[in-house]
Amino acid sequence: MTQPAEGERVERAAALCFFVAMLAAIGLAITYWRGGDAQFEGVLLAVVTGGIGVGIVLWAKHFMPGGEVAEERETLASTDEEVAAFTEDFEAGETPLRSRRLLLTSAAGALTAFGAALLFPLRSLGPRPGGGLKRTAYAPGNVRVVQADGSPVRPSELPADGVVTVWPEDHTHDADAPTLLIRTRDSQDFTPRSGRGDWTVEGIVAYSKLCTHVGCPVGLYQAEEGLLLCPCHQSTFDVLDGARPVFGPAARSLPQLPLGVDDDGYLIATDDFSGPVGPGFWDRGR
Amino acid sequence: MLSRRLARWVDDRLGTAQFARTVLNKVFPDHWSFMIGELALYCFVILVLTGVYLTFFFDPSANETVYRGSYEALQGVEMTEAYRSGLELSFDVRAGLVMRQMHHWAALLFLASIVVHLGRVFFTGAFRRPRELNWMIGVTLLVLAMFNGFAGYSLLDDQLSGTGLRIAYSIALSIPLVGTWVTSLLFGGEFPGPDIIERLYVIHILLIPAAIAGLLTAHLAILVRQKHTQFPGPGRSEDNVVGTRLWPTYAAKALGLFFLVAAVVSFLGGVFQINPIWIYGPFDPAEVSSASQPDWYMGWLDGALRIMPGWETRAFGYEVPNPFFPGVLMAGLTFTALYAWPLLEARVTGDHAVHHLADRPRQRPVRTALGVACLAFYLVCFLGGASDVLAQTFGLSVNAILWTFRVAVVVAPLVAGWVAYRLCKELSARDGVPTASRVTWRQIPGRLRHGVGAEPEPDAEPAES
Repeated sequence: MTQPAEGERVERAAALCFFVAMLAAIGLAITYWRGGDAQFEGVLLAVVTGGIGVGIVLWAKHFMPGGEVAEERETLASTDEEVAAFTEDFEAGETPLRSRRLLLTSAAGALTAFGAALLFPLRSLGPRPGGGLKRTAYAPGNVRVVQADGSPVRPSELPADGVVTVWPEDHTHDADAPTLLIRTRDSQDFTPRSGRGDWTVEGIVAYSKLCTHVGCPVGLYQAEEGLLLCPCHQSTFDVLDGARPVFGPAARSLPQLPLGVDDDGYLIATDDFSGPVGPGFWDRGR
Repeated sequence: MLSRRLARWVDDRLGTAQFARTVLNKVFPDHWSFMIGELALYCFVILVLTGVYLTFFFDPSANETVYRGSYEALQGVEMTEAYRSGLELSFDVRAGLVMRQMHHWAALLFLASIVVHLGRVFFTGAFRRPRELNWMIGVTLLVLAMFNGFAGYSLLDDQLSGTGLRIAYSIALSIPLVGTWVTSLLFGGEFPGPDIIERLYVIHILLIPAAIAGLLTAHLAILVRQKHTQFPGPGRSEDNVVGTRLWPTYAAKALGLFFLVAAVVSFLGGVFQINPIWIYGPFDPAEVSSASQPDWYMGWLDGALRIMPGWETRAFGYEVPNPFFPGVLMAGLTFTALYAWPLLEARVTGDHAVHHLADRPRQRPVRTALGVACLAFYLVCFLGGASDVLAQTFGLSVNAILWTFRVAVVVAPLVAGWVAYRLCKELSARDGVPTASRVTWRQIPGRLRHGVGAEPEPDAEPAES
């Protein structure tokens, strides 16, 4: 252990640690009382706990019995006799049954049925999945597209390279419906997919904003190349070619929304998206 | 003395002296690496203490409200009660911010010490018989801690956590056959779902902490029952354990260590900002910012999602979405392999003996090399999760970086494993320590099927008829 002179020094050091901790604790109380401050609180708390910690460790290191001891290990496994005695006790006292099997199977049946019955309330946790994943609020057809504040969009309001996020009218909080309106440049070679020739209006094309990888909003438009980039996992889609994935983990094109113009000159969606939006699921194609 | 009389009083009624003496005399081998699991334990205690404080103020509700608190930049903004009470905790509850940040830092350190502790146990072979069960409990604790960390930062309903939940939703949705049901029942409907925050709250503050507390108790009880492993050395054998008694020195040092861990967490929580939800803003499902990185222990999964090539397959006429492979299959294989490792290793090496002496990593070149290769794999995945940040910081193309990672995720484990293997061989040759007998790849399938007793079949010669 420690020499007397050194021991006295260490003793004083440990006491000093506790003393500093005490002062810091008082400071902590004052800080809190004066209105609090995260930085001060954190640092003072660190001094309090650190002071106590160092004090205790010094105490333990220098003034408590040190040195190693060797402890024998006993065998963990029980002896054969012990196991036999246990088995005997475990199986003791049962009155012979006429049909042990009948009792066991019927009891097991009851417990299984009970367990199965207990699973049923799980069904209350959520609605049956299915249709909802494949439909959005655009489904009725001829729905106006509106911006976040609810205002409809005229084709002329969108400049070249312009990107606007829109929703079906009255559904601006729907998480499955955000849509990107993009006006491509006249100089860019936009090729519609077959059968989608009349889905654009004055060079404005509309795609679901939800990445087909894991559903992040595809937020970054590189107008020069006509590429949409998902900030989450860097999937990249070619706006000029049906939003085909050209890079990253996404495997499917962004679903396209067929656009039209209503009698008042505002943009509408003539029908729902070309497919289910967002991430894939097992029966998406069914 | 009062304490003696009190002890007597308890012992008269419970007969505790004998048991308490066993505990006091428990021997702890003195090696720094045996302390890491202890750090995890202390982090858990700090998590419970700070977490309880947070529950007094946090409101896990998805109800819409308008912000009227003291943070100017968000005045009048629509948000959920969950996010609002998170802001309130940060700005208007005294000591709220430091508690929140300490809670978050403690969670990061909790996971870090669990992972390092797991590495220590793996590389020293401390999982071998009779400790397989405690290894499995440990792996379960890792899984629970990861899940609870994720659930915790998902509660606040800020832009970053909402994005994380959306990704988790999509991964769960990708599970064949049951994905749509699982997500609907968990979230209460389609994403974002009306119920997820309240449910995660119950999971985060009750179910998982209770499970962790129970399993931790079992983990420690088994440790006491089986006694520690120890490194070989003079006077140390399979039949004893050499070290310091719990009482009083070790117990005092452990208490001191707890306070020191608390000091580190307090300092981090006070001085280093973490998860500034007021900068992220309330969750809006139509928005996301770049540089959306999860907490560090989820980074490997996020990176795997990015590195995975854009393949989507069909099986039996149904779709198997892309995130299924990195998000469900790889994660599932990772934890299955972790659980099964003690059994697999015993089967392949044929070593079913009881071991209380820990290996030095260099003595087991194959195990060490495999471990290092796995670490390299997960490290590349982890770095892959920062691909956009790397691209921005170094002005590189995201595509080039991602391709680098796609190559590295295959090459780096091979190189790292080979280097580790050579190093082990060199080091043990220099020490004059024998390494474990050689296992060739060709033997492994046979050993897994039949156990080690069956020799690998000799090369089949065409039989003469």
